[in-house]
Amino acid sequence: MATRAYNSALDSIPEADQTGLVQRLHLDLPLLMGVLLLCGYGLLVLFSATDQDPGKVERQVLRLVLAFGVMLALAQVPPAALRRWAAPLYLGGLLTLVAVLLVGDVGKGAQRWLDLGVLRFQPSELLKVAVPMMLAAFLSARPLPPGGWRVLGGVVVITVPTLLIFLQPDLGTAILVAGSGGLVLFLAGMSWRLILGVGVLAAASVPVLWYLLHDYQRQRVLTFLDPTTDPLGSGYHIIQSQIAIGSGGLYGKGWFNGTQSHLEFLPERTTDFIFAVLGEELGLTGALILMGLYLVIILRGLYIASMARDTFGRLLAGGLTLVFFIYAFVNTGMVSGLLPVVGVPLPLISYGGTSLVTIMAGFGMIMSIHTHRKRFAV
Amino acid sequence: MVDGGVRQAGGDGRIFAGRAILAGLLVVLAFAMVLARLSRLQVTDHEHFTTLSEENRVKLQPLPPTRGLIYDAKGVLLADNFASYSLDVTLEKVEDLAATIAELRELVAIEDKDLRRFERLRAQSRRFDPVPLRLNLSEEEVAKIGVNAYRFPGVGIGVQLLRYYPLGPYTAHVLGYVGRINEREQKAIDPVEYSGTHYIGKSGVELAYEDVLRGRVGYQEVEVNAKGRVLRVLESQAPRSGRDLHLYLDIALQQAATAALGDRRGALVAIDPATGGVLAMVSNPSFDPNPFVEGIGFEDYRDLRDDPNNPLFNRAVRGQYPPGSTIKPFVGLGGLATGTISFSGTKYCPGSYQLPGNSHRYRDWRRGGHGTVAMEQAIVQSCDVYFYDLAHDLGIDRLHDFLATFGFGANTGVDVAGELPGLLPSKEWAQRARKQPWFPGETLIVGIGQGAFLATPVQLAAATAAMANRGHFIRPRVVRATRTHGARVDEPIPMVSRQVPVKDRTQWDQVIGAMVEVVERGTAKRIRADAYRIAGKTGTAQVFTVGQKESYRESHVTERMRDHALFVAFAPADDPHIALAVIVENGGHGGSVAAPIARQVIDAYLGHTQASPQAAPQMEESDDGD
Repeated sequence: MATRAYNSALDSIPEADQTGLVQRLHLDLPLLMGVLLLCGYGLLVLFSATDQDPGKVERQVLRLVLAFGVMLALAQVPPAALRRWAAPLYLGGLLTLVAVLLVGDVGKGAQRWLDLGVLRFQPSELLKVAVPMMLAAFLSARPLPPGGWRVLGGVVVITVPTLLIFLQPDLGTAILVAGSGGLVLFLAGMSWRLILGVGVLAAASVPVLWYLLHDYQRQRVLTFLDPTTDPLGSGYHIIQSQIAIGSGGLYGKGWFNGTQSHLEFLPERTTDFIFAVLGEELGLTGALILMGLYLVIILRGLYIASMARDTFGRLLAGGLTLVFFIYAFVNTGMVSGLLPVVGVPLPLISYGGTSLVTIMAGFGMIMSIHTHRKRFAV
Repeated sequence: MVDGGVRQAGGDGRIFAGRAILAGLLVVLAFAMVLARLSRLQVTDHEHFTTLSEENRVKLQPLPPTRGLIYDAKGVLLADNFASYSLDVTLEKVEDLAATIAELRELVAIEDKDLRRFERLRAQSRRFDPVPLRLNLSEEEVAKIGVNAYRFPGVGIGVQLLRYYPLGPYTAHVLGYVGRINEREQKAIDPVEYSGTHYIGKSGVELAYEDVLRGRVGYQEVEVNAKGRVLRVLESQAPRSGRDLHLYLDIALQQAATAALGDRRGALVAIDPATGGVLAMVSNPSFDPNPFVEGIGFEDYRDLRDDPNNPLFNRAVRGQYPPGSTIKPFVGLGGLATGTISFSGTKYCPGSYQLPGNSHRYRDWRRGGHGTVAMEQAIVQSCDVYFYDLAHDLGIDRLHDFLATFGFGANTGVDVAGELPGLLPSKEWAQRARKQPWFPGETLIVGIGQGAFLATPVQLAAATAAMANRGHFIRPRVVRATRTHGARVDEPIPMVSRQVPVKDRTQWDQVIGAMVEVVERGTAKRIRADAYRIAGKTGTAQVFTVGQKESYRESHVTERMRDHALFVAFAPADDPHIALAVIVENGGHGGSVAAPIARQVIDAYLGHTQASPQAAPQMEESDDGD
């Protein structure tokens, strides 16, 4: 309840300026501020993580501009249109996933990319948005909560793309897609009995999944359980990132002063492991600021969802917000040694453009849901 | 329908709101877990991870000290260090060794022997240590590798100070050489002191003064990145260079002595009686020690090892020869010192000697005998019978004990590694080594320096120097002083000496007088000098073979069965400046072969340029005696 009051307070800012530019552009100022602060904070960390390479930071800024453009564009699209797009987008996404499995490029030992000539396209990214959309559309067709058959339908909607992505194999994205879908089901009010039933089913499928896992994925899980068994191989990442974070202490070693990161002990320090750079250089304080910003954005997203005009808007806004949460939690969890290492970037901070565009597209839709509310109301 | 829709929407909204709040709580809970994990890492275990991070970052690197240099008595540099560039391969970083070597061969010459050495060193090295593939790169080759370095991960240029012996074979035996630490040495050395260096003194002075020459290893704390590249030095403790050695050895005299020995197998040790300093120490033939520094190739080593002349064998300190008649002045002095005989006391020499109750005849070298002789004549003419009888009168116990005071039968303690003690027989030795009692006849043989009696050239030279010093026996040493590199203050090597006891100091004059007569008119009269007087004694030792690992070759047998020629001397007799011992293996007679060599060396040292007598042809018929 306290969170709702806090979000109302935030909401009153744009409402005081009904005719403002932000409102006319269908943007949500609190969400926008949160995202801008986070991106700025991320650029500071990235500047250090790239060894003060202005070229890389510049490229990331360009990607951010592109992603903001996508967000702005999607914010203009009314939720009704988003709902119409849901099924075609989802089915198109499934088709490209199949195409990737058949003809995709092999990058880093996994088939993830579809080379479209001009740009390389990663279809699994699309599904991170398409699955919540499809589920929101599917579940909002009937009153909540969904019954047993409808939940089963939802599980199928989730499972098909998840398995296809899992086979690429891309464990990180599969978890994100499955998680985002599952949370939409949860938000839709799926009964606890069914949740328990699906949970048991999922637990029962673990041995089957283990059998399906690639050796490198099994190794990752085993290494997570005991990183010291392979300190120079797959355990190296997690050991070094924990050393980086732990040696940062309360206040960190100072911006640019991280020895673990700058002396290259920390692998993938600009991408998946950038959280360790932050932890080392800015300490627990810096991590608290980051987690605080994430929390602001997520709670704002959940508030927007609960204020949405219809069930589709609620489920989509809620689902997209929780995808963002899963990103943040899985990444910080894996870098700090809480979760196994799966390839999930730190949202809005990690170097790279693919997930950035997906996340900002999500925020664009959330903003659309929030700002198209009143026009369609009455 | 509309109503129902609104109601539905309202119901949906309530359901959703409830779940959204739960989801919000889930988010907060999840973030709390992450923060709890972070505070565990960053607060509770902060110190532990700080330590790990420092261990990652900071590495301790040894800084090898510069090895001390070696100078001769006049300041001539005998052992130098020079910077050598090597092509090093770090196995850990090389993906395909064969391909890398093949590509490197297109840039610089890599011979098969380089590859063999590489394989050998590789087996002894750790995967992250650089192993030299090629040594002594030229500047052009260094540049070629440098330009192409990007193509060869794990390949680099190493620079190291290598030992170099400018005078090569002239100093090989006395100085020894340094070489790569082998597995056996690795186990014996202090790994800290030898971190950062691959070299160790292997023999000679280099080994004897290893601790002095090596210096102290320094350290630097460096910051490294994950690939081990050094980024900066955090703290360092400079290494302390090894101390320089300044020798008594005079390289000019060493060269003169080497020239005097010519192509004969043998050894010469010259000592300054006043100091015990070794002026020259030659073992002939010799070898070039420089290839050994970086590891000599197998073929080259085999050739040296299998050479019948044994160039690798340091005869000066390891060659054990019967001293022959050169022992007679010492035995004679023993007779005087113990009061067994007087200097003028005579014995009759019929040409052979028999022990009472024994039919065995001990022959004199002169078949007809020397007639009635006192000690001076016995030494001058090298009469065997006189010394058989004197030895018999002394008995082996007194004979052994007196000769031991001159250093026979024990290491002299000279500062050249590898010295052997020779053998001074005694009753105790017979029991221990032979498990047989001492036979009285053996005492006679010891009296003329034959039988089981063995002495090294350095022992003979040290004993002769003690004779010149009238009993002041000084432990011979090659090194005069050590000195901090660049400084001018010597730290002398202390003199260790003792006194040979005699009854009456005039006994020294009597024996030395007899030795002067040996050169003036006796067995070594051919080297008599006008400018100064030499005291000496010739010797001829009957042995078929000597030394180590000599192969029995038909064609060499006759030559190798000849006697060894020996000569000990000091000069000038009234004010000795040089004492020396010469041995020429299978050289024949001491007077005709060994003595002229000694004369040349004495002339060279005393600065007399007058024409030295040429060494007589071997086996010349003469009255040299034995």
